[in-house]
Amino acid sequence: MKGFWVLLRRELAMAWGRGGGPIVAVAFYACVATLLPLAAGASPARLAAVAPGSAWLALALASLLSLERLFERDYEDGALDQLALGPVPLEIVSATKCLAQWISTGLPLALFTPLAATALGADIKLAPLTLACAVLGGLGFAFVGGIGAALSLGSRRGGVLIAVIVLPLFAPPVIFGGGAIEALATGLNWTPGFGLLGAYSLAAMALGPFAMAAACRNALS
Amino acid sequence: MGIITALANPQRFLAFSGWAAPVLGAAAVALALAGLWTGFAVPDDYQQGATIRIMFIHLPAVFTGMMAYGCLAGSAFFGLVFRHNLADAAARAVAPLGAAFTFLGLVTGSFWGRPMWGAWWVWDARLTSFLVLFLFYVGYMALQAAIDDEAKAARAAGILALVGAVNLPIVHYSVVWWNSLHQGETIFAKGGPKASVVYLWPLALMSFSYFTAFGALWMARVRAEIWRRRAGALAVQGTR
Repeated sequence: MKGFWVLLRRELAMAWGRGGGPIVAVAFYACVATLLPLAAGASPARLAAVAPGSAWLALALASLLSLERLFERDYEDGALDQLALGPVPLEIVSATKCLAQWISTGLPLALFTPLAATALGADIKLAPLTLACAVLGGLGFAFVGGIGAALSLGSRRGGVLIAVIVLPLFAPPVIFGGGAIEALATGLNWTPGFGLLGAYSLAAMALGPFAMAAACRNALS
Repeated sequence: MGIITALANPQRFLAFSGWAAPVLGAAAVALALAGLWTGFAVPDDYQQGATIRIMFIHLPAVFTGMMAYGCLAGSAFFGLVFRHNLADAAARAVAPLGAAFTFLGLVTGSFWGRPMWGAWWVWDARLTSFLVLFLFYVGYMALQAAIDDEAKAARAAGILALVGAVNLPIVHYSVVWWNSLHQGETIFAKGGPKASVVYLWPLALMSFSYFTAFGALWMARVRAEIWRRRAGALAVQGTR
């Protein structure tokens, strides 16, 4: 347990220290949200119809941004070798990395999501559910994204490759979160979508670390 | 199980596939001829007219595309668990085939959709989850190609294939759930068009034609993969 806290503090320090923390991801998010009305047209009726969905999709895309450095950094300087030899199993190390990714990038993005959705014209009463979906879905995005990051260790083109691997896997959470928000917007029951999103994120937390650890061992072998 | 362990020996596999692949290929051609012959002989559908015949080249491609992912996940599992070279070669060989059949299914489906639904593409549950299946193949091949060390590439891509196998049912059910949310927009009835018995014969013949063609091509690709590795090993020996 002590190892976990040490690792978590290390990961968070590195995310804030060298990666610029959440600033880049949030800036990317703001850019996408700005370009959307420019591309789709700024008439309020049209924007309001796609606002919650677009804000949710932009969150999925922004979650990809800092994944490239998640394992690569430690792989390049040899720290991952040390972590693999250490007393903490690689499964826990991977889970800690994803958790730190969620805290440093996912949570700030989640706070920004209802803001962007409302600015694009979504009803303000959707904001609490949008925030809750973004917090919960971000957890799933971080853990599924971590699988892509670990698998592409030692490959020639990290960033794009991770996106190609991970985005098809994002289909279920994008559906569940978008469905819950849309259900609330149209006056339907939003709990099934929200519950399924939670189930997906928890399953990703439970199973993802095993795939990540296997991928790390393969890259280190 | 016995036949798999017997064929796990590359030498024995080469000997077996040397005659099995051409036989399967010939069977594929014969079945395709028979399927097309009976397919053109059946009467037009009372609703869909002559376009019902697109089914005979479309549905078998869909079946084969899905079956190929099962083959990919199975090969990846054997490759990961038993560290077997031939299983890695089989997984590597089947991915482009599966992608090709899936792509064929998407394209023929869109040719069928245009006259039937008036649209090349409909965001229906089956179509969407099949498109995601195609993207899974693309991701597998992209990862496989991006890592230089072949053994590592095979294992990393194998892990991805298994992650995909776990995710495919989730994707499918999530897309069905999503589709039920948008029920008003779907055009055709639940369960799809019911095919009458006269269409089942050509459909069965064409399905077996696609399956045997898939088997023949897979074996040929595994053979090529084995030879490619041997050539690589010889090249390494030659430089010493």
